[in-house]
Amino acid sequence: MDVIFVFEQLLNGVGYGLMLFLLAAGLTLVFGIMDTLNLAHGSLYMVGAYLAARVHEASGSFLLAIVVAVAGTKILALLVEVLVMRRLYRRDHLSQVLATIGLIMIADDAVRAIWGPSPIMAPTPAWLSGPVTLLGSLPYPSYRLMLIVAGLLVALGLYLLVNHTRLGMIVRAGASNRRMAELMGVRVNRVFSFVFILGAGLAALAGALMGPISAVQIGMGDAILIPALVVIVIGGIGSVRGAFVAALLVGLIDTAGRAFLPPLLHVMLPPALAADLGSGLASIAMYILMATVLALKPSGLFPARG
Amino acid sequence: MQNNNHAMMPAVPLPFKSRQESGWFLFAPWLVLGVLAAFPLVAPLLGLDYYVGFVQRLMIYSIAVSSLNFLIGYGGMVALGHAGFLGIGAYTLVALLDSGQDSVWLAWGLAMGVSALFALLIGSISIRTRGMYFIMITLAFAQMLYYLAVSFSRFGGEDGYGIYTPLSLGSWLDNVPHALYWIVLLIAALVFAMGSRVACSRFGLALQGIRDNEVRMGAMGYPVYAIRLLAFVVAGAFAGLAGAMLAVNNNFVSPSMMSFGESAGLLVMVILGGMGHRWGPALGVVVWLTLAEVLKLYTDYWHWPMGLILLLSVFLLPAGLAGGSRRRVIK
Repeated sequence: MDVIFVFEQLLNGVGYGLMLFLLAAGLTLVFGIMDTLNLAHGSLYMVGAYLAARVHEASGSFLLAIVVAVAGTKILALLVEVLVMRRLYRRDHLSQVLATIGLIMIADDAVRAIWGPSPIMAPTPAWLSGPVTLLGSLPYPSYRLMLIVAGLLVALGLYLLVNHTRLGMIVRAGASNRRMAELMGVRVNRVFSFVFILGAGLAALAGALMGPISAVQIGMGDAILIPALVVIVIGGIGSVRGAFVAALLVGLIDTAGRAFLPPLLHVMLPPALAADLGSGLASIAMYILMATVLALKPSGLFPARG
Repeated sequence: MQNNNHAMMPAVPLPFKSRQESGWFLFAPWLVLGVLAAFPLVAPLLGLDYYVGFVQRLMIYSIAVSSLNFLIGYGGMVALGHAGFLGIGAYTLVALLDSGQDSVWLAWGLAMGVSALFALLIGSISIRTRGMYFIMITLAFAQMLYYLAVSFSRFGGEDGYGIYTPLSLGSWLDNVPHALYWIVLLIAALVFAMGSRVACSRFGLALQGIRDNEVRMGAMGYPVYAIRLLAFVVAGAFAGLAGAMLAVNNNFVSPSMMSFGESAGLLVMVILGGMGHRWGPALGVVVWLTLAEVLKLYTDYWHWPMGLILLLSVFLLPAGLAGGSRRRVIK
């Protein structure tokens, strides 16, 4: 394990964490404001990834692909919001779980019918395919660097939106006490529609960006939904700041665990045991983190509700 | 000190003194039991041999879903990681088999015990949280178990573990065709009968009281934490039993038994059937699994009709199939 490897893995962790944040931000706001659990959030991520991969392949323009993926997913989200979500948020969590599992099943079959059952390749844009040299001598893939930059820019934009605009103030008011905000004259339902569609856009962006470095396939949404849920729980449901901190924590711990644990254990244990234990521990590291945080702070690191 | 009075006058209406408990509905369970018991004998005459195994799987799932129904419907604890306990039961059986023990009874008994232990451990941490956090922490523990099983290469890791040596039911039973089917039926019937009794017992009523108003039950002197934990352990133990039975039924165990999808499926069957209703779980299992089986015959695209049915059931049948159009009690 040399410095370059460690550095590279840590940067990968930050990149993964930022992508988790894009997913978790929408999820935590929807949950925080309307107390609505949307398990189908991962499906929006999947749709974004498929749209981007196909448009990129057809047009050759990566930027166009991202714009189309985000816009298309937002339109889909608008439809879902009007038809389903709007009727769900006054219901209990169980109804929401049931209905959004139904949405996942419909989305999976729709994607299978449109784009086929096998995974598709998302091309990496040519201008981002080579490595860049960081800090003088450390080579790093330029696509992954772009991922980090894009993630940070979106996080900054979201920070400004939530903390320094009138709309953001209403969103925060809704998250900390919905009924009070309603009594003060805020139309929380309208804010919810806005936030739901914003979250869908962010999920699609994450899907479009993650496409070239992961498999674009059915079920990819469920695979990343669970880490995203872990993030919002660790961060404190409804808190964007908490989601940011928790996403970076989870991204780093997950990536570092996978990269460093197996070789570390190899030094101390027999190879077969080390391989089993290493991969096992690395996979459950984020869940251990979550259980520890909840055992110490039962409503997450940055609870949004006072 | 006033506990006796409260035990005599339940503040919560008894769960199943509904209109359905009169007339022919009293005999329906016995009728179903009779039909199920006769099924393996009649099936060959109707050319339905294949479905004996399918009905056996339905009965095993009813046990698993009943245990989750007990936790959610009566305890108000929405666990999204119940498949983890099925997995523990199944892997306990595999571990025993791997060390040369082939008695089904020993394996099932031990599977219950080990699952109960895990449930005690997981429950003692999870029960401190509420609502969404409880949903998530139970999911997290199931994910941990899933990845542990994946990394356990002795039992096949991700590929799973095939059971090639037949398990022994005990001396003479091994020679009876369909013996396993009747044993499963007997256990399922016992679990359902027991479930009904427990729901009306002091423990069951206290659990429902805690579900509806925890603070009040605490103030009345009930050990809230212990009662909730006991319910969690009981549900875990029966899920473990169902898991070990499923392992015998499938002759195969793999980590995917504990996946998020499996846990979500169990939850779907509870809610679809009618949460907190005695026959809800059985109804949910039969409808959901039969639907999947039938749709798979006709099309590769069998997910979306089931998804649509879930959506419709949320809006049209808020209390599940067993509850009709009644509003759900639990918020």
